[in-house]
Amino acid sequence: MAGHARGCSVEFCGGAHRIVSDTALALRAIDKRFGVTTALAGASLTVRRGTLHAVLGENGAGKTTLMRIAFGMLRPDAGTVTIEDKPVVLASSADAMRRGLGMVHQHFTLVPAMTTAENIALGGHGMLRARDVAARVRALAGRTGLAVDPDARVSTLGVGAQQRVEILKALAGNAHTLILDEPTAVLTPGETEELFGWLRHFVADGGTVVLVTHKLQEALSIADDVTVLRRGAHVLTEPAAGLEVDDLVRSLTGEDSHGQPLRTRVLTAARGSSVVRLVDACARDARGVVRVQSATIECFAGEIVGIAGIEGSGVHELLRLLAGRLTPSAGSVVLPSTIGFVPEDRQRDALIEEFSLTENFCLRSAATRTGRISWPAIEKQTGVVMRAHDVRAPSPATLAGALSGGNQQKFILGRELDARPALVVAENPVRGLDHLATAQVLRELQHAADAGSAVVLYSGDLDELLPVGDRMFVMFAGRLREVPVTRSAVAGALVGAS
Amino acid sequence: MRRADERWAVTAATLLVIVAAVAAILIAGGYDTSRALAALWNGAFGSPYAVLSATLVRATPLLFVGLAVGLAFRAGVLNIGAEGQLLVGATSAVAVGLLLGGLPRPLALPVVLIAGAAAGSAWAGVAAWLRQRFGVLEVISTLMLNFVASYLVSWAVRGPLQEPTHVYPQTVELADAVRLPALIAGHRLHLGFVLGLALAAALWWFLMQTAAGFRVRAVGAGERAARSAGGINASRTAGLVFIASGALAGLGGASEVTGVTFSLYEGISPGYGYSAIAVALLARLHPLAIVGTALLFGALESGAAAMQRDANVPSVLATVIEALVVLGVLALDRARAGRKS
Repeated sequence: MAGHARGCSVEFCGGAHRIVSDTALALRAIDKRFGVTTALAGASLTVRRGTLHAVLGENGAGKTTLMRIAFGMLRPDAGTVTIEDKPVVLASSADAMRRGLGMVHQHFTLVPAMTTAENIALGGHGMLRARDVAARVRALAGRTGLAVDPDARVSTLGVGAQQRVEILKALAGNAHTLILDEPTAVLTPGETEELFGWLRHFVADGGTVVLVTHKLQEALSIADDVTVLRRGAHVLTEPAAGLEVDDLVRSLTGEDSHGQPLRTRVLTAARGSSVVRLVDACARDARGVVRVQSATIECFAGEIVGIAGIEGSGVHELLRLLAGRLTPSAGSVVLPSTIGFVPEDRQRDALIEEFSLTENFCLRSAATRTGRISWPAIEKQTGVVMRAHDVRAPSPATLAGALSGGNQQKFILGRELDARPALVVAENPVRGLDHLATAQVLRELQHAADAGSAVVLYSGDLDELLPVGDRMFVMFAGRLREVPVTRSAVAGALVGAS
Repeated sequence: MRRADERWAVTAATLLVIVAAVAAILIAGGYDTSRALAALWNGAFGSPYAVLSATLVRATPLLFVGLAVGLAFRAGVLNIGAEGQLLVGATSAVAVGLLLGGLPRPLALPVVLIAGAAAGSAWAGVAAWLRQRFGVLEVISTLMLNFVASYLVSWAVRGPLQEPTHVYPQTVELADAVRLPALIAGHRLHLGFVLGLALAAALWWFLMQTAAGFRVRAVGAGERAARSAGGINASRTAGLVFIASGALAGLGGASEVTGVTFSLYEGISPGYGYSAIAVALLARLHPLAIVGTALLFGALESGAAAMQRDANVPSVLATVIEALVVLGVLALDRARAGRKS
């Protein structure tokens, strides 16, 4: 759909930007180096006005760098940026905003202690009158159809609502071209649908959207055009209508085969012995609010138990009960002696970035160790695990923070699986990983189950969960229940349908 | 380990800034720069007396409290109460020392030193308990407790511990049996310095080689990962470190009264506990490097005293420089962190 220039509607565009032009944003032959690493080498992107343009690429392909250049946050070493067919040199993001660009970053840039209205007013000038700002935000929210409460403190908002505030913030500067960097990474399927619905509406009204993502299915389902970047260079730009997932995988990876495809699991052996059992277990969060109410679940050796649940449903606490990281406030919990835990926020909860890989490896057994630590032995073991799990780093002495996200996750998984734990609890283990790393992480979890571990896998993405889960549980509003392994059953339970 | 090298570059850069700042202050103040710098050097290193009776003696308490602050910061405990912990340690050591003066040295002296360490850890324990129980920020509580400790000393030397004539606000001198022996006859350098060196080495070994030390480092470098991935009881670890840090500072106070002053009076510490923060930060919290920075600051403070005598340059210059160190290290660290993200 789309294609030709549509008139710029009053709703989203400032008066100054009514020039009719087919191209909303174009970056041509962009080079960018950071020290010795080349981030972009001849990257190009041409976004037609009034379209939704998806930018795809593996981790490290240069998507975010290119967007930062488009938004004036970085200066390119070579190449040109044109907005509305006019060549521009953007000195700052404020400069880009004046020219009608808005950007929603992957990591939100909101002040948690301030209200929605205050956050949106942050970029403004002159006097700040709380009532006027709230009224303006309310008007903007009404006009754009993005529901927010101007007086709500951002710290009390869920991720979906925070993202709406981010978008409003961009629109408050009269943006008619919106750049969204991995906006769905943090969203539940329902929230994603809602966002996409809104983006289509925005585009239909004459706005332009650049959507950075690494989810192929997502890009094909919503975008008009797709651009693929690989290793900092432009690979392809085509209308989404003519593209298949396989085409995209080939151009993303530059290979015909992208590793062993994920098989749908077949339980080979009979179910093993009971590994972990929760009976009527309850848990409270840090603030004392009950998040898990009378959860009962039993997992057996050799199976993968999939768990779904939206943010705030108590799934976070449930996984920590299972992993022995949280003490139940009521009920009984029987845990095995060895548990591997892969938490969602790996950089904060699984790794110490300023420690070496050897030290991070030692972390797993840190609580129970006594006396002297034999560092050479641990370093040797770290090296073995790095080779076994394809962790690409110069040596075990490398700092964990120097690794890419995929390698960090492979290292964490290797560490947690090294002791052959009876139970593995993995929380969103492929979040933010590219195609290859995702496949490898899921494969490793399957191998762990095949080798006799019970695996509990949580993911916010049902496409990841359904093919590998032997059984499925869904958390909704603090209640846990088992559901059939079908998309409709899980999707229904996620929103509370019974 | 590129990042580790970068950190020491910050230390080197800070030292350069210090030298430039000293020169700038001297020139701006219209002082005779060459004479002042010569006095600074001579006061610190110019003679055996300067080294053995001034610089090293001055460095000894800085070493103890520097280690105390360094250990606490390593675990993410912002103990800036080393000053107060040192003062109660000194008070406790003198009180016990006055009682035990009649006993033989091998028996009495260890008890006196332990009394100092115990009082320091109890003082830190108050802040540790407030943090654990009520979530009181230790930066505030330890700072406040410094004032309480200072007034406690004032009260002790005018009350229960005052010398018998009740004329001077100080205690009588400690008996020989409870004094740390001098290392070299005729000089003030005492056994406390060696004890401090041994503690620095022991602390380094503890942090780098033992499981408990690793837990301390893990809690300081990434508390959430330490809890979640390591299953470490972070608040317990931090609490124990807090108390151990107080013990080190208290021992520093005991070493000062049994090795240098031999009695208790107000102003026994010219702010060692505050200088300790600069000592620890400039050493990047590394116990062996703290030996180096304690010596540097010991030299600086004795040199500044000489500079005041010989060139009329106020000795508060040393304090100015210490403040510059803290600001310099923090600013350069922040700049480095900002560049990274």
